[in-house]
Amino acid sequence: MRIPHPILGLRDQSEFVYLGDACLLERPDGMQADALQKMTEYAYQRDNCRGLHRELWFHEQGDRAWLVVTRNTVTHEIVKVEFANEVASHD
Amino acid sequence: MDFSGWRVLREGLRGHTGWAPLWRAATPKKHYDVLIVGGGGHGLATAYYLAKYHGLTNIAVLEKNWVGGGNVGRNTTIIRSNYLLDGNQPFYELSLRLWEGIEQELNFNAMVSQRGVLNLFHSDAQRDAFRRRGNAMRMHGTDAEWLNAKAVRQMAPFLNYDNARFPIHGGLLQRRGGTVRHDAVAWGYARAASALGVDIIERCEVQGFDVTNGQVQAVETSRGRIEADRIGVAVAGYSSEVMRHANVRLPIESHVLQAFVTEGLKPLIPGVITYGAGHFYISQSDKGGLVFGGDLDGYNSYASRGNLPVVEDVCEGGMSIMPMLGRARLLRSWGGVVDMSMDGSPIIDRTQVGGLYFNGGWCYGGFKATPASGWVFAHLLARESSHPTASAYRFDRFAAGAMIDEKGQGSTPNLH
Ligand SMILES: Cc1cc2nc3c(=O)[nH]c(=O)nc-3n(C[C@H](O)[C@H](O)[C@H](O)COP(=O)(O)OP(=O)(O)OC[C@H]3O[C@@H](n4cnc5c(N)ncnc54)[C@H](O)[C@@H]3O)c2cc1C
Repeated sequence: MRIPHPILGLRDQSEFVYLGDACLLERPDGMQADALQKMTEYAYQRDNCRGLHRELWFHEQGDRAWLVVTRNTVTHEIVKVEFANEVASHD
Repeated sequence: MDFSGWRVLREGLRGHTGWAPLWRAATPKKHYDVLIVGGGGHGLATAYYLAKYHGLTNIAVLEKNWVGGGNVGRNTTIIRSNYLLDGNQPFYELSLRLWEGIEQELNFNAMVSQRGVLNLFHSDAQRDAFRRRGNAMRMHGTDAEWLNAKAVRQMAPFLNYDNARFPIHGGLLQRRGGTVRHDAVAWGYARAASALGVDIIERCEVQGFDVTNGQVQAVETSRGRIEADRIGVAVAGYSSEVMRHANVRLPIESHVLQAFVTEGLKPLIPGVITYGAGHFYISQSDKGGLVFGGDLDGYNSYASRGNLPVVEDVCEGGMSIMPMLGRARLLRSWGGVVDMSMDGSPIIDRTQVGGLYFNGGWCYGGFKATPASGWVFAHLLARESSHPTASAYRFDRFAAGAMIDEKGQGSTPNLH
């Protein structure tokens, strides 16, 4: 599997480290009344879908950028790659 | 149809014309007392123990493909009970005890072979950790032996002892661990369950649940609607996909794990050997193939095949600990979709939907758990209370902070 890095082009998967579902970008507010429930869901529960999956990859052996990769978990086809900091600042 | 040495002899003389299929090909009935979703090792074992020990016989197992096509037929067949934590150790020991009697129980040759599982250690810190684990095992009444480098060398002279970076200092040995013929486990449970009246329904995919007033009523399948009082789901890598139909979100990610087998060789490796400094473990099948594997590919995957970086990584690990492996020719490699939980330990529990029960999160190590998993899941389904040895495998352990994290990795499924 190769990941099309937005700047560096196609890079081998082994240059990257995988973290998991990009829902990790949306950290709940720990001061809210329902924080325990929200934090539990955030830390432990995942959609784990079969098909398109938005996920976080870190380009450790490259430019050390965090990427949000939209990938099909059955075919490994990658349909979209974005910088995680840009995704996060849009929200 | 009973199996015995006498029967094999007789069939040998009669041209093997007297054998019958191992289980009935059942068609779905309208209603069952208990439905099991998933005809892997865990689902079949659950159905068998329900029928045998809980007096329930109106049971069906629904399998979307064929019995034995999932992880039960893809794993590297290792059984052991060398766990550290209280939540795990008694459960895996129960499993090992059930393995020890499985062939008589099922009247089926599952080729249980207690050839020993040896975990090598390569540093002082690792030695201390293994000693601690060995002591914990012994305190739970499980066998564990500590071997020094000389004893390991006697057992496995072919390992790479002179590696300057990762010298072998010794090993933790569980002699009662070993291997079991994986397909035979699925077939043996299916046959024994079927003989007790359980319907085993293949090519029947569960596509939805009918939940009314918080209580599950039926499943929608590729072969129509089937009603049930209680439903147990044991679908391994597909856990999230199936439970989504009942709006149950799980602390699980699906990952692919690969395995490899070489051409058949003469007897060479005495038991199961795991490399403590790389991701590699190996054993030899009864046919002579060296069966080995290593790490997960590491990213969410529902593809039952892996990628090349892990092939390279596993082979490097193998060459590093057992250089002569390089002379063997690789015959096959394959992958299976495993249900990695957030703390690396399983879940066997009721759900927020009445009548719906879940069994999953087996990670890369659920084959060894098959008998105990079936035993305790049957208990839960029949009595609606957790079996004492599985009382820690609850959904609420995550919110409560009571994780059973053998590796101490935290909620990163790909690192367990
Ligand atoms: C390469 C590899 C090596 C492994 N090595 C070991 C090992 O050495 N030791 C060990 O202890 N464990 C090992 N494991 C893990 C072990 O194989 C699994 O944890 C265990 O087999 C899972 O339980 P099961 O047998 O019930 O799963 P499966 O056999 O996968 O059964 C689940 C079944 O559910 C069915 N299903 C899915 N969705 C549906 C649906 N919608 N409707 C109906 N049916 C459905 C599937 O078709 C499948 O047959 C390994 C796994 C892999 C992939």
